[in-house]
Amino acid sequence: MNKAQSSALRALAAPEWEPTIGTPALSSFEAARGALRRDLTLAFRQRGQLIQPLAFFAMVTLLFPLAVSPQLGRLREIAPGVLWSAELLASLLALEFLFRDDAQDGTLEQYALSGQSLTALLFAKTTAHWLLTGLPLALMAPLAALSLGAPASAVPGILLSVGLGSVTLSLIGAIGAALTLGMKRSGALLSLLTLPLSLPVLIFGARATQLAISGETLVAPLELLGALAVLGITLAPFAAAAGVRISLE
Amino acid sequence: MPTRSLEVEDLHLWRGERHVLRGVRFTLGEGQALKLTGANGSGKTSLLRTIAGLMYPEEGRVRWGGADVRADLRAFHGRMVYLAHEPPLKADLTARENLRFWVGTRRRLTAKLIDGALARVGAAAFADQFIRTLSAGQRRRVALAGLTLCAVPLWLLDEPATNLDADGQRLVAGLIGEHIARGGMALAAVHHEMEVTGSVIELALAS
Repeated sequence: MNKAQSSALRALAAPEWEPTIGTPALSSFEAARGALRRDLTLAFRQRGQLIQPLAFFAMVTLLFPLAVSPQLGRLREIAPGVLWSAELLASLLALEFLFRDDAQDGTLEQYALSGQSLTALLFAKTTAHWLLTGLPLALMAPLAALSLGAPASAVPGILLSVGLGSVTLSLIGAIGAALTLGMKRSGALLSLLTLPLSLPVLIFGARATQLAISGETLVAPLELLGALAVLGITLAPFAAAAGVRISLE
Repeated sequence: MPTRSLEVEDLHLWRGERHVLRGVRFTLGEGQALKLTGANGSGKTSLLRTIAGLMYPEEGRVRWGGADVRADLRAFHGRMVYLAHEPPLKADLTARENLRFWVGTRRRLTAKLIDGALARVGAAAFADQFIRTLSAGQRRRVALAGLTLCAVPLWLLDEPATNLDADGQRLVAGLIGEHIARGGMALAAVHHEMEVTGSVIELALAS
């Protein structure tokens, strides 16, 4: 092959083929940002999936006044428990979508083989998941609390506690979802795996909400929720990446 | 000495009770393609996935440029791309978006590069259609565009010509031919005859 031919060939096919291409041209941070953008783009094309956990949360919290008693005093008493049980179950409902589609169409496999940090990519996915389910749930929680008789002064505290708690719930969920990827009907196992780990969030979250409603300081449970969230952010993505690798084999 | 080579040394892989890979060995140098043949269930996909590091062999090693790929799997992954049986495309994204996000986790892409790659595989006409609306063959072409965009030396292809028409089959053979002419390497599991020009070795897996 002469020079002209080979250069013509180069122009024809793989663009910018260079012998130095071995190392990834992107940092893991940039790759993770791309993964986040992709998930957000996709989510807005499949809005039905997003609404499901939110509708579930709204229904559960609105059914309680009908079923228990319309007395605000009694509702106020059970409000923290209702809110947090609904929050936990709604986030569990949303978890099934976290990795499922990506596992089915081979996206996760490509992530694992991209030469980028799988941990960073999965952290980006979990962040997207939190933005799309955890954050909307946290924004809805004060509304639900108000309808259960909580005073308006409790709104910031509830927002903060559910917001912090949902971060941890998403991260714990990511581990569970990664480990149950290979299974056909993983719902039951997923809840068995994640619910026990989520209990500290439920306990401290409900306590914080209770304190917020009764107008007391909720610094202590909030600090614990914050600590749990930090622990989740630092450890969960690694565990999720290991889980995905196992599931891909 | 070639600066790049893929050496597969005596791979043994068990899946439960089944001895899938029984001492597979070969060396692939720069500018070479390997045609992997064998009946269904003979372990073609398992071999590709083992080389990619997705499966752990019970025995044997995969070396890249002399070093065990397990020592630095991420660096090896940065030099290879694995195209599985199903194209890794999102149904709710367009062909162009798919390439931007998929190959975009590996390297920076410009619109011009993506357009060029899509035109090369005859996918320019449906670049802005959702993957959901494309036929299996059209999806395959989009996946092939992604393959060329990755611009990595080693291609691991699982049935790259599935669902493609006669023209598409020639396209796959052409892409592989161009890739190895540039010094790349390709390892393709194939069922159909494929006329690749250049240095092609064949490896038949016994079932």
